[in-house]
Amino acid sequence: MTDRLPGFDTLAIHAGAAPDAATGARATPIYQTTSFVFDDVDHAASLFGLQAFGNIYSRIGNPTCSVLEERVAALEGGTAALAVASGHAAEFLTFHTLLQPGDEFIAARKLYGGSINQFNHAYKNFGWNVVWADSDDPSSFEAAITPRTKAIFVESIANPGGVIVDLQAIAAIAKRHRIPFIVDNTMASPYLIRPFEHGADIIVHSATKFLGGHGNSVGGLIVDGGSFNFAGDDRYPMLSKPRPEYGGMVLGETFGNFGFAIAARVLGLRDLGPALSPFNAFLILNGIETLPLRMQRHSDNALAVAEHLANHSKISWVSYPGLRSDRYHNLAKQYCPKGAGAVFTFGLKGGYEAGVKLVSNLKLFSHLANIGDTRSLVIHPASTTHRQLTDEQKTQAGAGPEVVRLSIGLEDKEDLIEDLNQALDAA
Amino acid sequence: MLIELPCPIPYVLAMDHSNYPNDYIRGILNSVKTIALVGASANPARPSWIVTKYLLERGYDVIPVNPGIAGTELLGKKVYGSLAEVPAPIDMVEIFRNSEAAGPITDEALALDPLPKVIWMQLSVRNDEAAAKAEAKGIKVVMDRCPKIEFGRLSGEISWQGVNSRMLSAKKPVLSGKGFQKLSLNRP
Repeated sequence: MTDRLPGFDTLAIHAGAAPDAATGARATPIYQTTSFVFDDVDHAASLFGLQAFGNIYSRIGNPTCSVLEERVAALEGGTAALAVASGHAAEFLTFHTLLQPGDEFIAARKLYGGSINQFNHAYKNFGWNVVWADSDDPSSFEAAITPRTKAIFVESIANPGGVIVDLQAIAAIAKRHRIPFIVDNTMASPYLIRPFEHGADIIVHSATKFLGGHGNSVGGLIVDGGSFNFAGDDRYPMLSKPRPEYGGMVLGETFGNFGFAIAARVLGLRDLGPALSPFNAFLILNGIETLPLRMQRHSDNALAVAEHLANHSKISWVSYPGLRSDRYHNLAKQYCPKGAGAVFTFGLKGGYEAGVKLVSNLKLFSHLANIGDTRSLVIHPASTTHRQLTDEQKTQAGAGPEVVRLSIGLEDKEDLIEDLNQALDAA
Repeated sequence: MLIELPCPIPYVLAMDHSNYPNDYIRGILNSVKTIALVGASANPARPSWIVTKYLLERGYDVIPVNPGIAGTELLGKKVYGSLAEVPAPIDMVEIFRNSEAAGPITDEALALDPLPKVIWMQLSVRNDEAAAKAEAKGIKVVMDRCPKIEFGRLSGEISWQGVNSRMLSAKKPVLSGKGFQKLSLNRP
């Protein structure tokens, strides 16, 4: 027993994981099984009725995945978490738990292009209506609120990089109107920013990125901050009304401050099915053990590369909040003093064509549509991730024709700078 | 070594009812046997029914108390109309009513002979005045907590649901010996 709270690095290694009760295996075992034997018929009934803690079927829960869930809940300072098949699944199940057909939610315009697509198009089939706001102007969120607004959604550091969102200002608006505040913390990871400390109620992650960190596993997490009281709130019937699926149980009442995570599991994951494989959970867990070391190195390398590019003759601008001259530098000092993350964008004087050439000239940077790998990555958003957006949407999302996005890896920074130099010379 | 968060405060001092040491809760759950559960429900969707069932499965002798269904059987146990009617000594009174009702129920508990060792008010139930009266008689008090959640948290069972147990340990959890999916309160 100790009289001090374990630090972040200790939680990154230990939270949620103990030696296996049956075998003593020290690394978290990969419980590669669909199903779990019940102790007896009564035990089975208790599990199906949500009356006992335990495992039934790996679509609903799995012991490898639950270690990942508790690990991320602990790192974020939340009450509980739910692991799902991808970051997109995390967003989907979060909104499924909160929204009814005809409802609205407000989202920041500067988001990962995939999220913009999901909100604009896929959600239309469910009658969930996104209303866009400007994360640089928190008052635009307040102006967009209507009686049907059920959630507010932002990214803490916004894709495609370089934007730090004033979480506290938007959280204050959400609180004033009693609306759950959802923060996608993928780009920052809890090492750089812990959104619950700034007023978030729910956090989502694409664990595919920095949590896993090695570019080998797609996964997502929903983290319940336990701060929003859904019980008795008619606007959120999944949590506040008797559920016919569970004999009339009221989930927000029965499970208290982790009711949201339970509802996302037993109404969302159970019935819609985007479960995470235990093998992916294992790889993501391995990645998280070194999250603090990696995020610091990612951020330090990114700052060095950004400083170099900011002085390069073929580059018109660099958007990285770690740079002293950056418009988000003060917000970065406030929200992520350890570093501004691995991902940033810059503009090429040569425009669209120069962007396409640069990507093909690079030798060490991999041209692919991901971020948060040990390897350095490059993409030209206008021709790839943001291709489906209109020109106006591209510019609003920070993905105009001249923009190149880098996700800086863990290599020697001198090698990254040399590769960029040769590719720019040839572009 | 079991690292337990947040920092435990020795409970010989005045109890901080917002922040119970894990050892305090574990000590209670390890020492009580007979639990009178006031506000028991015959509806399996209600938290009080779920907690009754869970505690019975963990070997506690739960005695349901609810004047509305007195004389009936709930999960195989006879339901009593009041604490005074319970014929056996009660180790712990678990209050599944609102904070206001917890006052008179605590008074009833304090009129019992022998006195209960523990008065436990369910999650969201808190009555500091009642707690002070009970503590003045040497009774341990827990407020705004659920014994099922606490059992699950201290044993590690609740981790299967992705809940942040706020416990770290490099020692194996201990199977309770009553099946594979039940863990003991007493992790090393």
